[in-house]
Amino acid sequence: MCEYLCATKKRVIALKVLKFKLFITIFLLSVFSVSLVSAAHGEEETNSTAPTEHNESKKEDGKFNAKKVILEHISDSHEWHFFSYPTGDGYKDVALPLPCILYNDVNGFSFFLFNKLHHGAIDGYSLNAEHHIGRSDGEGFYDLSITKNVFAMMISSILLIWLFRSAAKGYGARPNQAPTGLQNLMEVLVSFVRDEAAKPFLGKKTDKYLPYLLTVFFFIWINNMLGLLPGGANVTGNIAVTTTLALFTFILILTGSRKHYWMHILNPPGIPFGVKLILVPVEILGIITKPFALLIRLFANMTAGHLIVLSFLSMIFIFGQMSPIAGGGISIFSIAFSTFIYLLEMLVCALQAYIFTMLSSVFISEAIAGGHDHDEHAAEDLP
Amino acid sequence: MELLKPELGLIIWTTIILLSLIFILTKFAWKPILKGLNDREKTIAEALNTAEKTKLEMAAMKSQHEALLNEARQERSLILKEAKDMKDAIIGEARDKAKSEGAKMIEEAKREIDNQKMAAIIEVKNAAGNLVLEVSEKILRRELNSKDEQVKYINTLIEQSKLN
Repeated sequence: MCEYLCATKKRVIALKVLKFKLFITIFLLSVFSVSLVSAAHGEEETNSTAPTEHNESKKEDGKFNAKKVILEHISDSHEWHFFSYPTGDGYKDVALPLPCILYNDVNGFSFFLFNKLHHGAIDGYSLNAEHHIGRSDGEGFYDLSITKNVFAMMISSILLIWLFRSAAKGYGARPNQAPTGLQNLMEVLVSFVRDEAAKPFLGKKTDKYLPYLLTVFFFIWINNMLGLLPGGANVTGNIAVTTTLALFTFILILTGSRKHYWMHILNPPGIPFGVKLILVPVEILGIITKPFALLIRLFANMTAGHLIVLSFLSMIFIFGQMSPIAGGGISIFSIAFSTFIYLLEMLVCALQAYIFTMLSSVFISEAIAGGHDHDEHAAEDLP
Repeated sequence: MELLKPELGLIIWTTIILLSLIFILTKFAWKPILKGLNDREKTIAEALNTAEKTKLEMAAMKSQHEALLNEARQERSLILKEAKDMKDAIIGEARDKAKSEGAKMIEEAKREIDNQKMAAIIEVKNAAGNLVLEVSEKILRRELNSKDEQVKYINTLIEQSKLN
């Protein structure tokens, strides 16, 4: 009895110690962030008279601009910015410059690293006030640069290829045996996509669309997750990326569509003429809105998650500018809330990948459905 | 808003990356993985089928085996019974034979004993005759003084012969 009591007591004490440690950690983090804020504050005052080109634009007017900071974090960029630190005469950015590939009717193709632009214009391209690439002659140009998002996608693609290549090796090495290690983990995910997102909707056509669905699922998931890392690129929260993903699904819907699908849109059976006048335009719109919903859903979900986390963290700096104590106080709540949102986002990452994949397969299955002559086509599909 | 404007460059790069990713992953990952999964599922299904079939076969074999065992058991009991009968018969026969043999031997023994007895009696008779002759001879050889003495003498003789 005594032993049990002692053990319980010990556990309680251990829990208290843990809580205390957590509190200290949060407190120290707060103090650290407050000191950072005040350091930044002091630095700006000395620098406000002579802002250098390397200065971060967010501090140019001497105030912390949360909107600008957040937008910079979630939008694409020509360099991979990690952090900046104060030096004697301003701020130094630690960033990985990425290659710019630009096309213009006058100059043709131009290739250079982004940091070269800091030293002056190249081929008529220069940095504008918003730290973006512009042309001094005001002519239009195509920007095909390897931006931060493109670079992040390349990294995640290589990661995906490596992961699944090594997982696939297990099947050659140990055919028809229980999976081990990485193969085991990946197999669960692959069979989840196959059995939950593809097979229930696509049926016998599963094999045809499964490679696309698997690729999209893991591409979205890994980019979602890598985007959550501090300093990670917000790839799936970029509307161009989600547009491309939705376009892929849209193309598959159109190429796979049968007469039955179009007849249901243009001439829905069993519906009076008057209703058809309303329904047919809506259905025609529906061709576009389905993939559009896909692209907006993924974009909005991922951007919103980043926005919330960044907003909570920005609160520390906003309050810190009022007074360091207020910043320190709010940081406890900010860190707690952003940690919560962060964990929630990890769930959302997987969820959005699953939803995109599942809806893609639902839309494709609607398009390829044969209707009344389904059985006939099904028989055709048999090997 | 800038955030909602899809950039052409990024769309082109995403398309290139996605297409190559789909191609590479299909070739090097999805095909082997899905094939491996399907193969394994098939193997497991086959193994289960085989197990079921084997179970049925085993059951059939078991009943067959049981029937065989029963037959063997019956045969064994039959053989045992036969053996027992044979044993009984042999023992009975042996006993009968022994009995008759024994009776015969006893008969022979009896006859022998009778013979021996007869021979002994004859011998005794002969011996008595001889004794009488001897005694008579001795009596005859002696002078017979008186009747008493004669009687006495005869008695001693008899006594002597008896002692012998």
